[in-house]
Amino acid sequence: LSCKVLSSVVTPCYCFVSPQIRVKPDNTGVVTDGVKHSMNPFCEIAVEEAVKLKEKKLIKEVVAVSCGPQQSQETIRTALAMGADRGIHVDVSGKDYENLGPLQVSKILAALAKQEDAQLILLGKQAIDDDCNQTGQMTAALLDWPQGTFASEVSLEGDKINLVREIDGGLEHIKINTPAVITADLRLNTPRYATLPNIMKAKKKKIVTVKPADLGVDVTSRLEVLKVEEPPQRQAGMKVETVEDLVVKLKEAGRV
Amino acid sequence: SDSLKALVDPRSVPAARPDKTHWPLELLYLGREYPKGGDYFRDRLRAAFARNKAVEDPEQIKALIARGEYVARELEALYYLRKYRAMKKRYYED
Repeated sequence: LSCKVLSSVVTPCYCFVSPQIRVKPDNTGVVTDGVKHSMNPFCEIAVEEAVKLKEKKLIKEVVAVSCGPQQSQETIRTALAMGADRGIHVDVSGKDYENLGPLQVSKILAALAKQEDAQLILLGKQAIDDDCNQTGQMTAALLDWPQGTFASEVSLEGDKINLVREIDGGLEHIKINTPAVITADLRLNTPRYATLPNIMKAKKKKIVTVKPADLGVDVTSRLEVLKVEEPPQRQAGMKVETVEDLVVKLKEAGRV
Repeated sequence: SDSLKALVDPRSVPAARPDKTHWPLELLYLGREYPKGGDYFRDRLRAAFARNKAVEDPEQIKALIARGEYVARELEALYYLRKYRAMKKRYYED
């Protein structure tokens, strides 16, 4: 299968080791100033899979895409350091970026896929900041392509793709046609670390910046965030002396 | 030694041994996200290089470089596991 792969590293998301996430005082969202952003862990796995396919000479080229402000280019650089060939930065900043959601991103990815004549789109299954788990599915729908979501194993067979999906009941084996959209689950692979020498080499690779308007995409949001709240404070636990006490307490709380 | 010089100014070290000069920078880069803090790691790294500054014996140098490589791989494994376990804990009920 000689094809180009669009590997989306879409949202630079909150780094999982960042300090306490705080809700903004006006409850419209979460404080993002000064919070370290990095590549979504599931997208790292997607990029790794794309690079692996290229190393096996099953695909021709890996293009890393990120939508966001200037800082998104850092995330693209990481993808380039992992082995992607070139990057596309879709410049979305300010209010537009705050309201950027799966629908807008999928429209952008669909437009890019057509423009780049990509045969495969690889994304993480969900972003760890919004946990939507929608972008991959929406992109496939917009392009009318088959989708293999929650992939834990991917193999190419001629012009078809064999996929193992992680589902609630276990593992599902499917075969889909190309072109297709695949979203990566945790156990698909072990992403390589972008080492310093690779990051240096990646500086030579090209990143092109485009605007959503250039792709004919309107990024206005169809959603309005009404309120963002912190989860309730954890209540103190209660200690009981015997099993009978436990049962009584559970009955009182209406749990049994 | 060359390694410590490289820490200060990479260009001052002759290109004849390029493979040995990137290690201090690479370890410094890898150590940024060390759990106890990037500063903690950087200070310990500097101390370790300073301690071995005077080593001239090629065999010893090879062993020290091998240890540097080992530390680098250990750091990569640490970061990977930390991320993997965080994701597993958050998203998967086992």
